[in-house]
Amino acid sequence: MHSFGYRANALLTFSVTALAFICAIASFSDKFSNQNPSAEIQILNINRLKKQSYGNDEVSLTLDISADLQSLFTWNTKQVFAFVAAEYETSKNSLNQVSLWDVIIPDKEHAKFRIQTSNKYRFIDQGHNLRGREFNLTLHWHVMPKTGKMLADKIVMPGYSLPDAYK
Amino acid sequence: MGWLGETVDSVKSIQIRQLLTQAISLVCCLIGMIVTSSLIIWKALICVTGSESPVVVVLSESMEPGFQRGDILFLHMSKDPIRAGEIVVFNIDGRDIPIVHRVIKVHERKNTGEVDVLTKGDNNPGDDRLLYAKGQLWLHRHHIMGRAVGFLPYVGWVTIIMTEKPIIKYILIGALGLLVISSRD
Repeated sequence: MHSFGYRANALLTFSVTALAFICAIASFSDKFSNQNPSAEIQILNINRLKKQSYGNDEVSLTLDISADLQSLFTWNTKQVFAFVAAEYETSKNSLNQVSLWDVIIPDKEHAKFRIQTSNKYRFIDQGHNLRGREFNLTLHWHVMPKTGKMLADKIVMPGYSLPDAYK
Repeated sequence: MGWLGETVDSVKSIQIRQLLTQAISLVCCLIGMIVTSSLIIWKALICVTGSESPVVVVLSESMEPGFQRGDILFLHMSKDPIRAGEIVVFNIDGRDIPIVHRVIKVHERKNTGEVDVLTKGDNNPGDDRLLYAKGQLWLHRHHIMGRAVGFLPYVGWVTIIMTEKPIIKYILIGALGLLVISSRD
């Protein structure tokens, strides 16, 4: 009953159980953090609104994105993935979400930023619905923990619109 | 001295038979229990999470630095609509290794509720259209096996090592068998 094998087995089982318990507590502690992120997005310029050669509308724009996501970081945070998506409705689609730009924030110091950039990913519609289209720009963030449950939320900023004619 | 030799022989043979019987019954019992309980836990997880593959191991570096090779992801599949930013696990027709990437574009139809989805690995320069089947531009709901809702780092390395170096699998099983036989009480 006290052989090496039994002792090693008991030790291993206990340490694995203790580790699992600690991971669960670490993840649970994230619930108590106070989070108040903020963000603001401006469209600096609509560079191009065109119809592609095989049909769909495409828009290219330059954005000014400023955000403060520092309050999202806890001791159990590995990184925060943030992205800006244009969201709009068309006659055929109840929802279109197109990611325009994203960033991986590895730590709290980088979580407060201001950046001016053209869209990283192409803003392409399914059809010709972009002329005069009103849309929201939503800043989403996904918090990836060191261990445990992932958390996601967003700030919706409505009221942006595209020009009425191709340019 | 003939009968002494005979007695010694009979005693030895009883011990060997006893040893063999115990070893076989222990091994069968233990392996039976381990396999059955693992199966029960696996099936229960499938029921609870609603996904065919409730746990996957991250195999590539396409989602670094968030998910490293060897991490384990817990999946959950609900009827909620698929939205941009979610990390989904999907299968491409014709390939059997599931891919874990993030949704970057969603187009949802008004009438049917069907959805066109485009994904991209965080660490990849371009979107996943290169990975999809020939001529396929979008993923649909039936391709998606689950959403990643939580994860544990490093635990999946056991699976990766055992897949890539099967000799370790055999060594482990052999050692387990030896341990069982030698610890008879």
